[in-house]
Amino acid sequence: MLTKRIIPCLDIKDGRTVKGTHFVDLRDAGDPVELGTLYAQQGADELVFLDITATVEKRKTLSELVNRIAHHINIPFTVGGGISSVEDVSVLLQNGADKISVNTSAFKKPSLINDLAKEFGSQCVVLAIDTKKEEDNEWYVYLNGGRTKTDSSCFDWAKQAVDLGAGEILLTSMNHDGTKQGFALDITRTLTAGLPVPVIASGGGGTMQHFVDVFEKTGVDAALAASIFHFKEISIPDLKNYLSRNNITVRI
Amino acid sequence: MALTIIKYNAGNIQSVLYALERIGVSAMVTNDHEEIGKADKVIFPGVGEASSAMKYLKEKKLDELIKNLKQPVLGICLGMQLMCTYSEENNTECLGIFDEYVKKFKAPDRAANSPLPSLKIPQIGWNNIYDLKSGLFKNIEEKSYCYFVHGYYAALGNHTIATTDYVQPYSSALHKNNFYGVQFHPEKSAVTGEKILKNFLEL
Repeated sequence: MLTKRIIPCLDIKDGRTVKGTHFVDLRDAGDPVELGTLYAQQGADELVFLDITATVEKRKTLSELVNRIAHHINIPFTVGGGISSVEDVSVLLQNGADKISVNTSAFKKPSLINDLAKEFGSQCVVLAIDTKKEEDNEWYVYLNGGRTKTDSSCFDWAKQAVDLGAGEILLTSMNHDGTKQGFALDITRTLTAGLPVPVIASGGGGTMQHFVDVFEKTGVDAALAASIFHFKEISIPDLKNYLSRNNITVRI
Repeated sequence: MALTIIKYNAGNIQSVLYALERIGVSAMVTNDHEEIGKADKVIFPGVGEASSAMKYLKEKKLDELIKNLKQPVLGICLGMQLMCTYSEENNTECLGIFDEYVKKFKAPDRAANSPLPSLKIPQIGWNNIYDLKSGLFKNIEEKSYCYFVHGYYAALGNHTIATTDYVQPYSSALHKNNFYGVQFHPEKSAVTGEKILKNFLEL
């Protein structure tokens, strides 16, 4: 049976892992290759490396880092941050990335998704969405690492992106990210029920029960977290055993 | 031991090369007929689309070469599918090493407005392999997990040496004579995948 996936996310700045609360207050949590290798050994199903400063500072994720990761890590990994062209993606895939994620650049130019899917296949095109629920109870798309609000609804954008060829959605709730109060169940459920591609829930996982809840209540395919793994608040083996005891199919 | 990876227009060759490096083996990536022919073992990888891959293989006359190889050959993912007779992916005639058809996954019908998520196609993620039947799976436990990314599958048949369930049971590995194929990605399947690659090298 296809398992639910646990995905540690390593936010990268200047070649180091960082994780902020609500995308600010960056703290250093180590070398990405070492940390990624450790997570792979512990049973992580996949890794995501996001160059969080890339979009803002218009820098490209370093292909050398991707190459080093690819040499050392024996599970699939996704690279995101500042990717805005077919050429960017080509370089990352050639250096060993399995998938790439696009966010702001795809929103500004949706045809990028189509171009990437045609060139490399939908299976390696992940659309990352940062979304926030506003007072009108609507979930809106935010760009530039959560700094820029748009008028687009999260579901509508996700649907459009899937129609264009996105193979997976990485959904981050800004209301929940960094709070450790649990994942955003409602918007996650809306996406999993309405889209034919896998969805990764991100933002808010603070306890092992939060992971059980998001898998049980939304049917999501994968759950992503960062600081709780980086600061050893939850270990991946403990989490997977807990999920398994709660009848969630995971790879142990 | 001379190990060759067939170079063609389907990706993930780097990942296979790095995985081999991690288990201490170097390989040559080439589409040169002579180099491939004299190798002790050949890996035929692939992530991509069947018809364009077959077109490339034919242009380089690699199709005839691969079919006639006598040393152990391991097809991975699209590589395995291309070793079958025919693929529904753009109605492609393939190499015909394994007498199997490659079909597209079809999600079972579900009620409109169902709150449950639909079955996702392609299958992306970790799934288990069982009914393991070959030296390729020496010391691999039944129901071990491997990493899969695919929208097309080979049905169960005479050459099946591993089975996986998605929509229905299908062949996650095939074997005939010196030819082996795996639908999953051993190069991305953690320790299990590394063991399978080692087993192939020891065949």
